Amino acid sequence: MKKKFISLISAAAMMAVPAMANAADPVKIGFVTTLTTGAGAIGKDMREAVDLAVIHLGGKMAGRDIDVIYEDDGFKPEIGKQKTDKLVKKDNVDFIAGYIWSHVLMASYKSAVDSGTFLISSNAGPSALAGKLCHENFFSTSWQNDQTPMAMGEVLNQRGVKRLYIMAPNYAAGKNMVTGVERTFKGEIVGKDMTKFPAQLDFSAELAKVRAAKPDALFVFYPGKHGAQFMAQYAQADLATSVPLYTTFTIDSISLPRIGEQAEGSLMTMFWSPDLDTPANKRFVGDFIAKYGHYPSHYAAQSYDSIMLINSAVEKVKGDLSNKDAVRAALKAAEFESVRGKLKFGNNNIPIQNFYLRQVVKDDKGQYTTKIVSTVYEDHQDTYAKECKMK
Amino acid sequence: MNWLLLLEQILNGFQLGLLLFLLAAGLTLVFGIMDMVNLAHGSLYMMGAYFCATFTGWTGSFLLGALLTLPAVFLLGIIVEVVALRTLYARDHLDQVMATFGLILFFNEATRLIWGPIGLVIPLPDFLNQTVEIIPGAPYPAFRLAIIIVGFLIAGLLYLIVSRTKLGMLIRAGASNREMIGALGINIRLLFTLVFGLGAALAGLAGLMAGPILSVEIGMGEGILILTLVVIVIGGIGSIKGAFIAAILIGLIDTVGRSFLPEILDLILPSQTAATAAPAISSMMIYLLMALVLAIKPQGLFPPKGVGR
Repeated sequence: MKKKFISLISAAAMMAVPAMANAADPVKIGFVTTLTTGAGAIGKDMREAVDLAVIHLGGKMAGRDIDVIYEDDGFKPEIGKQKTDKLVKKDNVDFIAGYIWSHVLMASYKSAVDSGTFLISSNAGPSALAGKLCHENFFSTSWQNDQTPMAMGEVLNQRGVKRLYIMAPNYAAGKNMVTGVERTFKGEIVGKDMTKFPAQLDFSAELAKVRAAKPDALFVFYPGKHGAQFMAQYAQADLATSVPLYTTFTIDSISLPRIGEQAEGSLMTMFWSPDLDTPANKRFVGDFIAKYGHYPSHYAAQSYDSIMLINSAVEKVKGDLSNKDAVRAALKAAEFESVRGKLKFGNNNIPIQNFYLRQVVKDDKGQYTTKIVSTVYEDHQDTYAKECKMK
Repeated sequence: MNWLLLLEQILNGFQLGLLLFLLAAGLTLVFGIMDMVNLAHGSLYMMGAYFCATFTGWTGSFLLGALLTLPAVFLLGIIVEVVALRTLYARDHLDQVMATFGLILFFNEATRLIWGPIGLVIPLPDFLNQTVEIIPGAPYPAFRLAIIIVGFLIAGLLYLIVSRTKLGMLIRAGASNREMIGALGINIRLLFTLVFGLGAALAGLAGLMAGPILSVEIGMGEGILILTLVVIVIGGIGSIKGAFIAAILIGLIDTVGRSFLPEILDLILPSQTAATAAPAISSMMIYLLMALVLAIKPQGLFPPKGVGR
């Protein structure tokens, strides 16, 4: 009897341990990105931003230490899912952030949200997760894929483009980008090539078709290393004089040091730019350049915001993450200064935000960067929000 | 049908084909003569590009950089052969696949350590960085034209070496019957090392020519290695002639197919279906060709003499 009593007490004590240790434990954040392969440069940029965010927070969220666990998805959906499973089941993280690629996020999101872990996309914005598959535990500090090219479609209309040629890689985000620009562009689409992703790096056949089609403009979406390759080949094909180029997510601060000369003057749409005039952005960009010696990319800006969003929620619930509903409400409230200004979530937890037209320029130190030319959309919400059942 | 476009796409097809040939020539010799599966061939291609980017940075001239790269990759190939691969000839193919896959990882990580994770650029001199109108009305990038010319020159040179010189005779003999030339007192080790170095130099040449088009970065050799394996399987393992014809065939089918398949499918399918099916089918076409060749001629189109009997 006595033995039984002791074991009961010890069992009760063991169960009590997690609750007691809660306040002293670090806040665990899993961060899934691409650290190897040719896309590893993007992951590096995101990681630098996360590290900077942790420094800005003094290493603490509501008095608890911050423990960021980085995982490499190897640019592959199946590996991304494995790493997500590991973070959820083995590391018991409180939040998972990161995800560059829409197809990796699509493969991974169920493992995260079904387990009750909060998932914050720091880049990918596939249409499904904004619409039918939206989930109360899924948030984004980026955008829905269609939004940026929709803004580009408007720009093309404003600039009098009548005949447009489109090139994009054939995967989830590529299809969203094409849908986005087709939704708002009013002229005629004279040709469209969806190239194999990520295998196809030589666009000679497609560029020859562009030349033959004689469009007013060429719209492309080639993220990461594909962007640098595309820009080099576009320059070599000498198309710049006859077919002006408009891009989304193709030229960024990661590729600009390499392709700046070819890209100078190039136009793109984006929700953010290093020169965006908000207090949080000035601090972020200034400290980022001071620490790492190069401009942050939008990937970095979004990653920084992911950590700041998590911090705002942890602070709001005073470090007590046991009440999921309270944490969720605190995330949704997003009470923090985002690098884009105020961040406001729509019903599907995708930000409602401005989109700008940016142009590649040289800064006063001779480094290539982008500056905002005009505001295309104010407080724009994605099209799929109405398909999402959440209120 | 737009004939100018077709002509331009045929040129693009030749350019891709000749690039593949440079890689395939080395790989098929190593495979055919040494019976060695070398997955690290793509790494030598990558090293060619990185060396050229570095040398071009040092000398300020792409041509000089390219000239320095060739002996450097030749030497690197010989070092790899002597240090790592020599012990593997007697082992079975699975061991070789494991070991050379390890070499890929080694080269990728070494590259990351030395040059960093962000790729490099090979700046081209102005005379290559323009377009020329070899077909009136269709300006063609000068550098791609240069690839075609160099590719044909190397193909001719290889043909002369293989069919007219003593080294070539030994290479052909090695591809047909390895044991026999060893028994005849030929220093087969030296021959292997030389052939491997030659293959490496060709891969490096392909890499340095691909570098300015596709950017120079870690893992750039892996995607193209798969295409190269397809080429040597179709051409017949150990056959330079087979590699040449198969490489051009693959280059043309891939490029021309990618370009015109959407329009052809558009005629028979609803346009929405055609738009989604075309990229999928065009990326499968070369593998369909390989399956077809394997079904009809399992030894490839042009197997070396004495193989397959």
